[in-house]
Amino acid sequence: MAATDLERVSNVEPEPRSLSLGGHVGFDSLPDQLVSKSVTQGFSFNILCVGETGIGKSTLMNTLFNTNFETEEASHHEECVRLRPQTYDLQESNVHLKLTIVDAVGFGDQINKDESYRPIVDYIDAQFENYLQEELKIRRSLFDYHDTRIHVCLYFITPTGHSLKSLDLVTMKKLDSKVNIIPIIAKADTISKSELHKFKIKIMGELVSNGVQIYQFPTDDEAVAEINAVMNAHLPFAVVGSTEEVKVGNKLVRARQYPWGVVQVENENHCDFVKLREMLIRVNMEDLREQTHSRHYELYRRCKLEEMGFQDSDGDSQPFSLQETYEAKRKEFLSELQRKEEEMRQMFVNKVKETELELKEKERELHEKFEHLKRIHQEEKRKVEEKRRELEDETNAFNCRKAAVEALQSQALHATSQQPLRKDKDKKN
Amino acid sequence: MDKEYVGFAALPNQLHRKSVKKGFDFTLMVAGESGLGKSTLINSLFLTNLYEDRQVPDANARLTRTLTIERRGVEMEEGGIKVKLTLVDTPGFGDSVDCSDCWLPVVRFIEEQFEQYLRDESGLNRKNIQDSRVHCCLYFISPFGRGLRPLDVAFLRAVHEKVNIIPVIGKADALMPKETQALKQKIRDQLKEEEINIYQFPECDSDEDEDFKRQNEEMKESIPFAVVGSCEVVKDGGTRLVRGRRYSWGTVEVENPHHCDFLNLRRMLVQTHLQDLKEVTHDLLYEGYRARCLQSLARPGARDRASRSKLSRQSATEIPLPMLPLAETEKLIREKDEELRRMQEMLEKMQAQMQQSQAQGEQSDSL
Repeated sequence: MAATDLERVSNVEPEPRSLSLGGHVGFDSLPDQLVSKSVTQGFSFNILCVGETGIGKSTLMNTLFNTNFETEEASHHEECVRLRPQTYDLQESNVHLKLTIVDAVGFGDQINKDESYRPIVDYIDAQFENYLQEELKIRRSLFDYHDTRIHVCLYFITPTGHSLKSLDLVTMKKLDSKVNIIPIIAKADTISKSELHKFKIKIMGELVSNGVQIYQFPTDDEAVAEINAVMNAHLPFAVVGSTEEVKVGNKLVRARQYPWGVVQVENENHCDFVKLREMLIRVNMEDLREQTHSRHYELYRRCKLEEMGFQDSDGDSQPFSLQETYEAKRKEFLSELQRKEEEMRQMFVNKVKETELELKEKERELHEKFEHLKRIHQEEKRKVEEKRRELEDETNAFNCRKAAVEALQSQALHATSQQPLRKDKDKKN
Repeated sequence: MDKEYVGFAALPNQLHRKSVKKGFDFTLMVAGESGLGKSTLINSLFLTNLYEDRQVPDANARLTRTLTIERRGVEMEEGGIKVKLTLVDTPGFGDSVDCSDCWLPVVRFIEEQFEQYLRDESGLNRKNIQDSRVHCCLYFISPFGRGLRPLDVAFLRAVHEKVNIIPVIGKADALMPKETQALKQKIRDQLKEEEINIYQFPECDSDEDEDFKRQNEEMKESIPFAVVGSCEVVKDGGTRLVRGRRYSWGTVEVENPHHCDFLNLRRMLVQTHLQDLKEVTHDLLYEGYRARCLQSLARPGARDRASRSKLSRQSATEIPLPMLPLAETEKLIREKDEELRRMQEMLEKMQAQMQQSQAQGEQSDSL
């Protein structure tokens, strides 16, 4: 009896009972402890800015964070899109923020923009990969790790007044499952109120009909649900950025001064800058980080691990054990290695044999040739000998004939020289 | 001495009467990426609503959109003078993700008009030649960037020797005055660097009045024109009704020279330089095309030097000839003559030789 009871108890966890406290214990300070810990640790936030060259990305960053990031101006003649991350240490009150701003330099400038989205996607994936690697390490230090994953992508839309550009649609579709996208209408002081209203509706319509998932400000937390819901309806935010100050009334405000009027950045009637700042920095920054980690990063991790061959066992009673899978993979890998080694060795031996055969063949050929040449050489020598003998014979013969002729000649001479003697003799007689 | 009045001082009046009777026709091309305010500007320029029925495609449709050429004709009359204006639009330019070679249809179109005119001119019945050649191309540059983009440069390079280009910065109410100046300077520098020939204003005659000269100078210095267009008439914040754009922070007046260069552009295009644009098209650009055409017919394979020569106004006014700098042509002709002569001599020699050997052969035969 007791044994079965125990079994039952160990297999089924009872519902936790809620009890009321008799007095103040003090664990309501837990959030504060958490906060103070985080504050000492510092926060990191990574923003990706995507938009055409000159559309006002750097100016908006300067305006948002009320500082001058001194970003280099890019030209229109970049060969391809490249990402330029820059990290800054900011401090407000006692909160440290490690801000990384990533610029997609050269976006929209090339004549052929088919591959423009790829460097951006690759960069985002690379940051996820780095984090994953850190997570999978045996000795890891996640609390110390500088998180470079992109928490939000501000997509700058050109204020044409008509609709999104084709490049915008293509790029946002590639990015919406990897990063929180907040679309922004840049340089919004070119659009009048009525045109803006139509433009916003058109853009949101296009995003929805093409299935692009942009970031929605969360409405589940009671404290901020209302304001977030209102803000969601104002997307995309039409912003104007400026770091110059203009005197309006008796105050200096950040504004753009035109001959026909002054556009004030922080005037809600003029543009949605204040809304953007509220949403991005003051209200939802932490939610953006969380979403990046719990949604986009998890998706990446799952895809990556599935690729590597890991699988969540579902239906089986055994829970997923990383260690076992590791062991299995390792064994597989080692046996694969061994097999490959054998193969290579085999191949090597075969090759050596082949080469040896070839060499032998070649040697034999050479030897043959050598013999052949030797024979020819001897043949020639013999012929030359013969000829020489012939020549000698001829020379001898010639010499003999020469001697004979000479002898005859001398005889003849002798005879003629004797004749006059005889004549003389006759005369004398 | 009192000269007798002959009467040819009335010639200008006769010219005036005849031209009024004939009417004017003008073909204007408008080019540039979508969303830069081209249609609105045309409506503002000619105070009509030419683009009432147009449909702007959404992003999906633009993905694979190719460039098409659209022509719209408008007949306008003012003060008894009739103008037949043909507007050539290039919807689809720069719309798709891959814009390689998207300017080729435009180049082809311009050349087709030249070809048509060449054929008409060389025809037997030249009474009613329709001039459909493009007299001027307004090219819109985006005010949101930092100057000319690679696509702009590619397009301008492809057409600058075939049509008068007037560069225009569209939606100029995005720029504060000092930004406008900087952008204009940047564009001018880039045009010079890329050796793109835009339409040059003719110098004023010395006997024009000071006012006119000053206006002319001003116009020249404000190229590229930074324009704002509007189809609406609004109150300017006070009681005046003006053509403009109404914002929460003020109203941009299209016809206010402190706000934008719209007036300059309109004056230049319609009031003062319309005829000159036509003349340059006819005397310089068309003649260049004609020379290239005929050269390639006469000497197939001859290199196209004409396309690399510079446009020079002086030569145009003195001698309406092809654009080749004369010295070069002369040299070419001389060289080719020499070659021909040499080849002829060689031919003759060979012929003589052949005849000789033939004669010899006959001789030996007869022997």
